[in-house]
Amino acid sequence: MRYDVILAGVGGQGVLSVAAIIARGAMTDGLLVRQSEVHGMAQRGGAVQAHLRLSEQRIVSDLIGKASADMILSMEPIESLRYLEYLKPEGILVASADPVKNIPDYPQPEEIYERIRSLPRARLIGSAELAQAAGSPRATNMVMVGAASPYLPVEEGSLLAAIEALFSRKGEKVVRINRKAFRMGREAVASAS
Amino acid sequence: MPEMVLLGDEALAMGAIDAGISAAYAYPGTPSSEIMEYLQAVRPKYGDYVAEWCSNEKTAYEEAVGVSLVGRRALVSMKHVGLNVAADPFINSALLAIHGGLVLAVADDPGMHSSQNEQDSRFYADFARIICLEPRSQAEAYTMTREAFDLSEAFHIPVMIRLTTRIAHSRAVVGTGQRRAQNPVNKSAEKAGWMLLPATARKLWAELLSAQGRFLEYAEDSPYNTLELNRDFRDFGVITAGLGWNYYMENIDELPVKPSHLHISVYPIPVGKVRRLAEAVERIVVIEEGFSFVERALRGILPTGVGISGKEDGALPRTGELTPDNVRGILGLEPKRGIELAPVQPPARPPQLCAGCPHRDSYDALNQALAGFEPRLVTSDIGCYTLGYLPPHQAIETCLCMGASVGMAKGAAQAGFHPVVAVIGDSTFLHSGITGLVDAVASGANMTLLILDNSTTAMTGGQPTILTSSRLEQLVRGLGVEPDHIKLIVPLRKATEENARIIRREIEYDGVSVVIALRDCIQTLKQRKKKEAGE
Repeated sequence: MRYDVILAGVGGQGVLSVAAIIARGAMTDGLLVRQSEVHGMAQRGGAVQAHLRLSEQRIVSDLIGKASADMILSMEPIESLRYLEYLKPEGILVASADPVKNIPDYPQPEEIYERIRSLPRARLIGSAELAQAAGSPRATNMVMVGAASPYLPVEEGSLLAAIEALFSRKGEKVVRINRKAFRMGREAVASAS
Repeated sequence: MPEMVLLGDEALAMGAIDAGISAAYAYPGTPSSEIMEYLQAVRPKYGDYVAEWCSNEKTAYEEAVGVSLVGRRALVSMKHVGLNVAADPFINSALLAIHGGLVLAVADDPGMHSSQNEQDSRFYADFARIICLEPRSQAEAYTMTREAFDLSEAFHIPVMIRLTTRIAHSRAVVGTGQRRAQNPVNKSAEKAGWMLLPATARKLWAELLSAQGRFLEYAEDSPYNTLELNRDFRDFGVITAGLGWNYYMENIDELPVKPSHLHISVYPIPVGKVRRLAEAVERIVVIEEGFSFVERALRGILPTGVGISGKEDGALPRTGELTPDNVRGILGLEPKRGIELAPVQPPARPPQLCAGCPHRDSYDALNQALAGFEPRLVTSDIGCYTLGYLPPHQAIETCLCMGASVGMAKGAAQAGFHPVVAVIGDSTFLHSGITGLVDAVASGANMTLLILDNSTTAMTGGQPTILTSSRLEQLVRGLGVEPDHIKLIVPLRKATEENARIIRREIEYDGVSVVIALRDCIQTLKQRKKKEAGE
């Protein structure tokens, strides 16, 4: 078994935390993991991506090839479209519907949503609202982990444990909010289109 | 073997710790910074070694050589262009009687994710005539670093570990071994071995040349340089180097026959193994991350009996990184096609200065100060503030290398151009701007230096600068800049007009003036506040 995920977003959205949580959960379940990150200049509000590979067999490449990703998980709607050529025809796209408008020529969100919905398998999540309801706008990325979770080859409990482990040094409240955000994302995706 | 999940950078650092280093030195630079960050982070847990940021890569390298001279092991790490700065001590140190293990970790950035060029450090290792190891996985970054220290002590040379971005910044499971004790302090007994006077250097150079055969023998025998021959398939054979192996293996299941294959991880190039491969095939395909280092060595100038294909004939792209996709063509595989996007490409989203960044206010003030001056020249330098080239500020015009803003401004001023402003960050100024300013003061060049002092090395993740900001003004004063023409401003939006007036007055002053714009990096400030709040 192999499951390849392209993570996308804008610098500062917590893409690396998303990668860290899923990777940790996958390792708890006995999978091998390889996770490539982008550091440096690109982190300053620009488009960022990470390649996350989960597998039962040895993984040789840090990068995922085109038409090979099982999932694109994006913290932002247009960022989800930037890497479409990496998605397998039967792959799934899970994206936040909340735009980050830090560029002058940002398209109409409706236009983007339409394009996303035209894909064979796509889920759009109103992550900011859910994160707010969970207790903090900063938990948006954990809403997205929750939304991705039903499709990942990782147990829900392992992901929740990873959230606990990663946020525990920030205190019990932060852990609670992020676990709640995860659950709300997971519930939302069940009814999303 | 205990297992850890580590970035390539971190695996290399862990290898150095377990090899028994006494000291590590570095200057921040993507994608190498996490080596030192990890060494510092785990120091309380793993041991009693020095792990310090230095003024620049050259001082870092020289400090590591000092550690080696007294018999202890040292790691020095930097990004590829940092090695240009450290090239003088690096190349020369190959001649020295290296005593305690000295390992240079250099991280190349093909694709220029966060760099000015994509130079390939293997040429430097070859230039210095030393051994270079190139891991293709995080696990190898660990084991090869351990081995590099052994090689350095056995052959009395510095040894290079070459990383590239994808290995430096990717995480995987790494098995670690027993930690070795540090060497005791034991000064080298080789008297002439550390003295590069012409007479001694000639002898040391001859010794280094005569050792080349032993380095080659090591590379030939290294289990990292694997040769697998398939006598039943002569059409073509493959040489991979570095991450080329990963992308080749990613595609190998689609090849109808497995060709003969030589992988090179240890340099000098194992020429015997290359010849054996060449005898078994009609054509050699070379897949290497970086420049066409192996390929050019194979091609030489005179024709060979074997066809050679790679970057030089355009079968692989000559710029950027290798990927699982762009190596397919040279292997005779069709491109993979994913979902075709209906015609509208998402708009580009380049990096930009953060909201609340002090550089934004500094650039607003500078642009205001320069209003009406046409033509004008604003040279600049390397850091987050290089983004000031892009809209909305479009305040700066040049970026060459660390510190060049100062020297270029002086040159332009002496050539008769006015007004000239050089814009540099505090960490870059301390790295290599100081000497340029000494030159400017010595010749009384008519220029203004704007130091953007955010009290950190921001671009690479907020490492501390070598001097605290409060000492920057004293330093500038000590270099001989007229005290009346050293101005401190605080780049805040509400102060923009006043700041613009101050900068303009200094531009109008005929001589060297320095304006220091002092306000904390917004990211570093956030992190500090989080820490203080006990998060």
